[in-house]
Amino acid sequence: MPKHKRERKKRIGQRIATGFALLIYLFIYAPIAVMIVFSFNDQETNYFWNGFTLRWYEKLFYDSSIVEYLWVSLIIAVSATILSVIIGTLGAVGLVRFEFKLKKLVNQSLYIPIVIPEIVLGISLLILFDFIKLPLGFIAIILAHVTFCVPFVIIIMRGRLAGLDLSVEEASMDLGANRMTTFFRITLPMLLPGIISGAFMSFTLSIDDVIISNFVAGPYSTTLPVKILSLVKTGLSPEVNALATIMILVMLFGILANSIVQAVLRKRASTVIKSYF
Amino acid sequence: MNSSDTVKINSRLTKRRHFKRNTAPALAMAGPVTFWMLFFVLLPLLYVIFISFMSRDLYGGIAFEFTTENYTNMLKPVYLNVIWQSIKLAFFTTLICLLIGYPFAYYIARKPSKVAAKLLMLIMIPFWTNSLVRLYSLGLLAAPKGFINIVLQKLGLISEPLQMLHTNGIVVVGLLISMLPFAVLPLYASIEKLDKSYLEASSDLGARPAVTFWKVTVPLTLPGIVASIILVFIPSLGMYYVPETLGGGKIMLIGNLIRNQFLVTRNWPFGASLSILLILITLFMLWFYTRVARLDELEVF
Repeated sequence: MPKHKRERKKRIGQRIATGFALLIYLFIYAPIAVMIVFSFNDQETNYFWNGFTLRWYEKLFYDSSIVEYLWVSLIIAVSATILSVIIGTLGAVGLVRFEFKLKKLVNQSLYIPIVIPEIVLGISLLILFDFIKLPLGFIAIILAHVTFCVPFVIIIMRGRLAGLDLSVEEASMDLGANRMTTFFRITLPMLLPGIISGAFMSFTLSIDDVIISNFVAGPYSTTLPVKILSLVKTGLSPEVNALATIMILVMLFGILANSIVQAVLRKRASTVIKSYF
Repeated sequence: MNSSDTVKINSRLTKRRHFKRNTAPALAMAGPVTFWMLFFVLLPLLYVIFISFMSRDLYGGIAFEFTTENYTNMLKPVYLNVIWQSIKLAFFTTLICLLIGYPFAYYIARKPSKVAAKLLMLIMIPFWTNSLVRLYSLGLLAAPKGFINIVLQKLGLISEPLQMLHTNGIVVVGLLISMLPFAVLPLYASIEKLDKSYLEASSDLGARPAVTFWKVTVPLTLPGIVASIILVFIPSLGMYYVPETLGGGKIMLIGNLIRNQFLVTRNWPFGASLSILLILITLFMLWFYTRVARLDELEVF
């Protein structure tokens, strides 16, 4: 009998836990649901439902100034991602492999952009660009984004490097390949899953950044989030909702594609290593 | 050619070979990241410290005269008030994040690892939507004519719409929605590592579940708890766009104060000194963290 009672108690406990978790998901997803619902709402000021429409999506495709900012954001995110991945990948391998005087300093400074509040990085870059007389805007935003993306790429790559057997590299050199060939034919393919994760991380950080971009954007080239921040006080048009809805769909697709690519690469990597022996 | 010359040439040759073998690749690989970190992170931060001791000139630029006024300025009631309010909001955000994040992370950690990975993914997905649009939508939900008020009125629970916008409460909710994933991830990581046999041992020895929780579970997951405190508390002080979208200009964080010094009133030295304050708070919390856990566990990724 007591055993029976205990099990019932346990089941009730589990139900409460599940209910609690559902409530949290509801809390996190409620604003997103509102965002998506109001992107189909036939009304300019969004408080209640006024019937279904696709006109905000139409507006987005035919006449919309907001899409221009999306293009700026995309170009910046792609450039920052490419630069961060190159610097980060080379850096991660270089910092593991070589000993040099500044190594400890560099290793520790990698954590600075991650732990200090973003706003501090933002104002310090603003002051730097002012000091070296670099005009604010496009280039400044890319440089700023690379600065906070590189540490994340390196940390992701390190996690990847730790799980790799780099003796394959030595084998390649012993068999007569030079350093360059070895890097491009052996090291790079082994690092590919890490590179993809790092690129994905950089892209998502860059495309959504508002705190740092706001300081270095200047008056002319502004990213989408910075533009939205300036619009928020007067109220957002539903076309912004439509744009954000499309963006989350693309991101979800990206996540899916990333996990498929990772799985394929993992499978291929294991067969490649098997074929060596 | 005498022998000392040969030695010289040899040593030059080895040097060149050494350069080709080691220095050149090291420079090519570690060079860019070293340059980037020194030039874009360390140098500007040192310059911020320097500027925080300079004065402001009449035109909103920097006058290179030493002063400690930027720091004594912070003690004025207006600024002290903002700093105190900011710390209070960040504190409540962190506390609530822990109170709901811990049981939630515990719930996920007890699921089989494949299910847990999916549940964690579900909390990361909102992080990939535009955070401003998300906060704005939250504002629409909480508006006087918004969904929550209408439902409450229809149910007859309230007669007048609740004034939820532009309050400290809604700013904390906004911070919570933005920060919760960062609290859950490190908590999950440390709860997941928890060896269940300790819990069994504790209950076998007669401890009630509550005692086991406080005496065994909490101490063993302390690194995760402190990591999530740091990942929530520190950014919360600087997230100026949350009060800007939900606080209606009435509520300010240290971040808003800093932003205004740089983009509105142009008092860079004072803004720099406020940034140093944020860095000091960060360093203090990291020092606290290293006392609880080893620093390298801060890597959540």
